[in-house]
Amino acid sequence: MREIAYYEAKFEALNEIMAADPTVHLINGTFLSLSPHRHVYQELANKYRDRVMSPPISELGFCGLATGAAMAGLRPIVDISTGSFIFEGWPQVANEAANAFSMSGGQTRVPVVFHLFHGLRGGGAAQHSASPQAMLWNNPGLEIVLPSSPRDVKGLLKTAVASDNPTIFVDHVQLLDVKGDVPENDSPIPFGLAHVKRKGSDVTVIATSYMVQRCLQVAERLASERISAEVVDPRTLVPFDMATLMTSVEKTGRVVIVDETHQSCGVAAEIAARIVESGFDKLKAPLRRVSTLDVPVSYSPPLEDYIGPREDRIIEAIRAVLR
Amino acid sequence: MVTKRENPTELVPLLRTMWLIRAFEEKVSALYAMREIRGLLHLGIGQEAVAVGTCSLLRTDDYVFGGHRSHGHAIAKGADINRLMAEIAGRATGYCAGKGGSMHIVALDAGFVTATGVVGGTIPLALGAAFAAKEKSKGQVAVVFFGDGAGQAGAFHESLNIASLWRLPVIFVCENNGYAEFTPLSSHTLIERLARHAQTYKIPSNTVDGNDLLEVREAMTKAVQHARTGKGPAFVECLTHRLRGHYEGDPAKYRELSELAEWKEKDPIARFTRELKHRKVVADKDIAAIESEARKLTEQAAQFALASPWPAPGEVASQVTA
Repeated sequence: MREIAYYEAKFEALNEIMAADPTVHLINGTFLSLSPHRHVYQELANKYRDRVMSPPISELGFCGLATGAAMAGLRPIVDISTGSFIFEGWPQVANEAANAFSMSGGQTRVPVVFHLFHGLRGGGAAQHSASPQAMLWNNPGLEIVLPSSPRDVKGLLKTAVASDNPTIFVDHVQLLDVKGDVPENDSPIPFGLAHVKRKGSDVTVIATSYMVQRCLQVAERLASERISAEVVDPRTLVPFDMATLMTSVEKTGRVVIVDETHQSCGVAAEIAARIVESGFDKLKAPLRRVSTLDVPVSYSPPLEDYIGPREDRIIEAIRAVLR
Repeated sequence: MVTKRENPTELVPLLRTMWLIRAFEEKVSALYAMREIRGLLHLGIGQEAVAVGTCSLLRTDDYVFGGHRSHGHAIAKGADINRLMAEIAGRATGYCAGKGGSMHIVALDAGFVTATGVVGGTIPLALGAAFAAKEKSKGQVAVVFFGDGAGQAGAFHESLNIASLWRLPVIFVCENNGYAEFTPLSSHTLIERLARHAQTYKIPSNTVDGNDLLEVREAMTKAVQHARTGKGPAFVECLTHRLRGHYEGDPAKYRELSELAEWKEKDPIARFTRELKHRKVVADKDIAAIESEARKLTEQAAQFALASPWPAPGEVASQVTA
């Protein structure tokens, strides 16, 4: 098996997508945030000069432009870059793109991808650290994807571009240098398929995005204490694979959900509600959420570290459900 | 006045379409008063010349976008009035299967891409269709209708800038009817003519009498030609007036009755009819026949709509994602 970095897998996908489909355009950012690996973007931009667009800082304008272009038959991929900036384009994403298929009675398809980096990034503070996926999950009509590994980012990005729906591709800068196995000529990964990232028998840890990597480290640590944690990654919020999650929940009877959206009405809250609704009787202990605290993200490192789903909070939650 | 380029016999269908829109919206209004139609309704009675003057110059594969007051734009672009009426009546046979309604008309078969309930919401979308048109290189253009109220929205300014920068084949059609919902334009901006904004972004623009069909056509002919031949965007501001309230049921106390009376004098259908009579293109009996034909067709549309089934409640889940 071939091991490559997450950002390399992502750009392999972008290169293959651009080569295969001339209706795909990249609009706005570099898909790398401030990562130093700019050369991979530059090579792509040089190769597809006419299909890599650099609009002015007008999120409302270019999110709408991409949506309208999708309505007219193109398949644009917009890089909103910092997730907080989706609020600038929100009316076009949430009120136009998301509603169009339903509102037109199925006449209008909107195959646009909105890519963004969410979450705590190290000094982003309140206006550069948003995780808008919970708000977006509350907005029917969008598909929402959260990759957590090199193989997933490649396979899911291909499916996102092929989808006829507006798709939010939620990435995390802390993942860009993660290494992992990515087979040559790998197949796209269908939406709605959760993935068991680590097998275990004592507790089900459901994690999304970068939190999957953190939870895998936690699971490794706890293994030395003979705690066997199963780490399950939903990979897509819409569509959502309840069956894989419940198979694990039925096996362990103990659940911790780790996610970087804020706690109230967050991603973990919704997953918790679904588990309780469909399998309350399978739980041997109250489930626990580890989310970002319900406060605006602070700038200073100790403050930022404190509010996120820290490793010690995850371990404490796992111990609590095992009691 | 009839310009040299206009062939008089080609003008009669324009009168027919204006009458079809007028009769259609009057029928919608009547059905609303009878509670046969419920929901938010915004009528464009009095603004027909802008819709017809513009859309009569477009191809079916040109992309048209509207706003919350867009029944007329859809009809002028060739939407089927039976399916349109059924949509406004919330029926399963409507264009959008009853899920869109009056403010969210989509008639893709006619190239009416979408309306929106959000002031200025379709302006960026039209940019995207123009971007796609440019990619496809088939000479298509995108047209977006919006009101003077949209001119103070961020989406408007961001879109004008990008359209100009990327030379997109989009025509901005501003129906300046003097009122943003319930408020006169002068309370919202010091810029009296929205075409001024186009100048700021170096987009060729024109302000015309929006109740004079031929003047609209003349300006729009140039604008469409400009966009179609790859010269970039164009902006046409049409000064007009809605003869109804902002929404059906709006008492419109913000408007002086004298102002309303003044605009009734400038009714675009009456003016165009006078022009055609003056040119001896139509006689009184032709005019009466055109009106009665329009009323007959809209009556049939109403019958079709009201005889159509309501959507089944379970249909809500059928078209959330493709």
